[in-house]
This record gives sequence, structure tokens and C-alpha cells, in this order.
Amino acid sequence: MISITINRNISPSIKFKDNSNLRKLKNRIFKIIIIILSIITISPIVLILSKLVIKGFRQINIDFFTQVAPDTFEAMMAIASGDVIPGGIANGITGTLLIVIIASVIAIPIGVITGVYLYENQGKKYANLIRNLSDILQGVPSIVLGIIGYLWVVLRVTNGFSAFAGSVALSIMMLPLIVRSTEETMKMVPENIKEAAAALGVPYHKIILRVMIPSSFSGLLTGILLAISRVLGETAPLLLTTLGSSFINLNISKPTSAVPLLIWNFYNDPNMINLIWSSSLFLIGLVLALNLIAKRIIARREK
Amino acid sequence: MNSEKITKHVLFTVSLIILIISTGILASLIKGAMPAFKEFGLKFIIAPDWNPTEGRESYGALVFIFGTITSSLLALILCIPLAFSTSLFIAEYFKKTRIASILKTLVDLLAGVPSIVYGLWGFYVLRPAIISLGINDQGFGIFTSSLILAIMIIPYATSLSNEVIAMVPDELKEAAYSLGATRLEVIFRVIIPNARSGIVASYILALGRALGETMAVTMLIGNANVIPKSIFSTGNSMASIIANQFGEADGLKLSSLIAIGLLLFAITAIVNAFGKFVINKLS
Repeated sequence: MISITINRNISPSIKFKDNSNLRKLKNRIFKIIIIILSIITISPIVLILSKLVIKGFRQINIDFFTQVAPDTFEAMMAIASGDVIPGGIANGITGTLLIVIIASVIAIPIGVITGVYLYENQGKKYANLIRNLSDILQGVPSIVLGIIGYLWVVLRVTNGFSAFAGSVALSIMMLPLIVRSTEETMKMVPENIKEAAAALGVPYHKIILRVMIPSSFSGLLTGILLAISRVLGETAPLLLTTLGSSFINLNISKPTSAVPLLIWNFYNDPNMINLIWSSSLFLIGLVLALNLIAKRIIARREK
Repeated sequence: MNSEKITKHVLFTVSLIILIISTGILASLIKGAMPAFKEFGLKFIIAPDWNPTEGRESYGALVFIFGTITSSLLALILCIPLAFSTSLFIAEYFKKTRIASILKTLVDLLAGVPSIVYGLWGFYVLRPAIISLGINDQGFGIFTSSLILAIMIIPYATSLSNEVIAMVPDELKEAAYSLGATRLEVIFRVIIPNARSGIVASYILALGRALGETMAVTMLIGNANVIPKSIFSTGNSMASIIANQFGEADGLKLSSLIAIGLLLFAITAIVNAFGKFVINKLS
């Protein structure tokens, strides 16, 4: 008798409803949604790369690398007679190389030395300030750095648009990336190598130059390559600083073209449309090649 | 002085350059923006007109602030389901498999595509698609630029969230599984509560990226200096008006463009600082 009453009291309060089928169904549907959305996420990169290869391939030939960009009239004539547009992007390639090399020459030493300083002064207030400022710099929109390149270099140093102004803007973009990667790689250098060097009486600057930098060299190189690949495709800051030029220019105080600037010019000129795909293919190939090299270095180090 | 001291001085002196550059950027922007703020006062920020007609010059930043913030927020909203799914794919469902690493490489490639190439692709592929879907007559507008921005910021939104999702301890997940939880329940009751602040931080940093993006937005937003009526109308963004008009600007107009640059700098710095604050709370 008693046990029956207890059962009656308990059974309404605990509901054992078997909803496991519904839960399993939800689980399965969610997984399918995740897979579908992940496929959507990667489809743009596949579509972009295939579009560039299909449309850009036709224009890539020897002239593409050795000739300067054609003018509108030449392009129009070629289109009218059904030919491939003559000329190439040699002025852009040389300009990009010039601008990025100068930017690297400015940013690499400052970035590596500052990174070493931050590593050597962990936890100090001033070092934390520098680290935070470097993080803020990394978030500054590239167009704002274009304004800075204009205000600092175009107006005051070169008295006109110049490759150097573009290099300054790009070097400020590269700097925080190099600082951060240098500090992170330095942390991975085993403490005992440095102590061994110090115990042998090696002076401090030689410990940095002969021990720390060589043993973290692949990490530094990776950081530098990623920084370069990050600025290689920048267009906005160059619009405000280097302006562009239809000739090959190697004078850093003169307006200079760059591959992204040429793409921008081609885009704005209806006759040159065919050239945008090949130039973009070239630019993206360069950026991705640098990225892949950097990733290979990382992968080899982790082994 | 011995060589150790000299080395330390050299390191310290070089580190000052970061300090000089950062304060220099702020000082130059403020100095360049001064004439505009003197002429229009703080009203510059909330004034909706952009009129370069000689004699009746009047500039305000509201249209561009509005365009930048709406397009970036919309981009973030569009990006989150994709980024979140991809993070779960890489760091949970297919963790440490070959397909996950392929997916991760492809997502990383997205970060390597230059802004101008995104712009071209948006112009020649996305825009016609939007026209044929009947969303918009010309295909330009806030929505189109948000779509391309959403794709551009996916790698930034996923990289940190992948890490924090992968870092959720297996014991916690196994405890939930042993109680009979399904994977879906483990994701929403164990993984997300544990990785929440890291995931949020990565989305904030992705938003910071979207705010400063220039070329792709310029090519797709329509460059109409009016406050958009809906997300499908054309508008303009802060970065885009600078890129389009800086070359031919002088005097008051130049100063107004620099003032917009200063405001853009401030907005991105605040968003990024907030993201960093969330990350620091995490560790």
C-alpha cells in the first residue's frame, strides 16, 4: 500500500519524456549547417582565384613584364582590331619593388631592434607602453597612413608626390608586425644559450647579434615576409603619396607607379579593362608566394 | 661607458621611434584637422552636408561616419555565421584532420588577397549577381560593400576564435558527453561559455579591420554623399571619401578630409582597444 502512494507522488514531478530522437536530429542538422556554411566561407577565394586565372592568363606574356603600361589610345586600337592589348606593367613592377624595398630598409632594423628591446624588458611599464602603441599602430587604417605620408613627406621632404612618401607610409604599416613577430620569436630562444654566451664573457651586443638573432633567424624572416606580403597589395596609401607614373622611375623623390596603382588606373579606364585581370593575377601570385614561403618556414621550424 | 650600457641605450633609443611615430601621427592629424574644426566647430562631426561649391563651402562628417559604421556592422553580422561555422569546423568537428588544415589554408589565403582585387571581384562578379537578384538596380550600395567586407574580415574573425575553441579542455567536453549530451549541446553549453570572450574579441578585432577598409568599399558603395535610406541604397564611407577626393583637395576641403581621417583613426583605435581589453581579461 505504502509503496503505491509514493509512486503516485513522485511520478508527476519527474517527467521522463524520451526526446533523444529530437536531440539527435537537431545535432545532425546543426552539423550539416556548419559544413554548408564552411563551404560558403571558402567559396569566394576559390571563385576569385579561378576568375583571375581564367581571365588574366591570356594577357600574360614576355611584354607583360618588360613593357610599360599602354595609353588609352593604343589599348583602344588593339581592342578594335581584336588583338591582345600591347604593353605590360613594367613601370608598376619596378615601382612596387622600389617602394617596398625602401619601406623594408626603414622598417626592418627599427622593428627588429624594438622587438629585441621589448623582449629584454618584459613587464616594465615603458616597454608595455611601447607594446600597446605598436598594437595601436597595427590597427591604424592604411588610408590614414597615406595622409601621414602626404603630410610628413610629400609636403615637407620631397615637395611633391614621391616613391619615398609611399615607402614611409608602408614602413609604418610594417613596423608593428615586425616588432610583434620579433618579440614572439625571441621568446622561443632557449635561455641557456644566452647564459652560456654570457658566461663566456661575450659582450651584450654580441649576444644579440651572434646568438639571439641567428638562433631566431627563421622566425624573424617569417615575420618580415608576412609584413612585406601585407603591404605589397596596398593601394589606398599609395594613391595619396606616390600618385603613379607612366614611365619606369627609380628616383625615390619622384612620382612612381606600383602594380596596385596600375590596377586602379586600368579599372578606371574602360579601354584597359582586360589588363586588370592579368595585373591582379600577378599581384596576388606575388603576395601568396611570399605567404607560402613564410608558412613553409614556420612548418619546417615546428618539426 | 661600457659596451653593455651603450647597447642598452641604443635599444632604448630605437624603441622611442614607435613612441615618436604614434604621437606624431596623432599630432599631425590634429594639426591638419584644426582649420576644419575652427571653421565648423564640433558640429563638423554631426553635420550631414558635403558641399565643395566655392563661397558656400560647408563640410560635415556625418554621412561618412554613418556609412562606415553601418557597412562595417552589417559586414560583421554577415560574417559571424560564416566565421563561427568555420571555426567550429576547423577547431571542433574536424579538428586535426587533413580537411580542416586545407580549409584553414584557404581561409588564410583570403587574408592575402589585396583590397583592390576584392573590389574588382565585387564589381565584376558580386554586383551583377546582386542586380540579377533584383536587390538593387545598379548593384552598388551599402549592402554590396558589406558583403565584400564580410568576406575580407573572415580570416581575422576566425584566427583567434579557432585558437580559443581548440583550447577548451577535453575533460570538460568529455564530462558533458558522459552525461549523454549531444555534440550540439556540448558546443552550446560547454565550448561557447568557455571560449566566449575570445570569440567576442576576435569579432571586435574583425570589426576594426572592416572600419578602415578603403579600396573595395570605394568601388562598391556607390560614393553618394547622402545618408542611405536603407541598407540597399548607395552611401559613402570615411576611408572612401578620403581616397576619392584627397588628390584634388586643398584649403578647407583638405583640412576636412584630414579631420575625417582623424575621426576614423579615433573610431578604429577605440574599437581595437576594446577588443584588446577583452583579450587581456581572457588571459
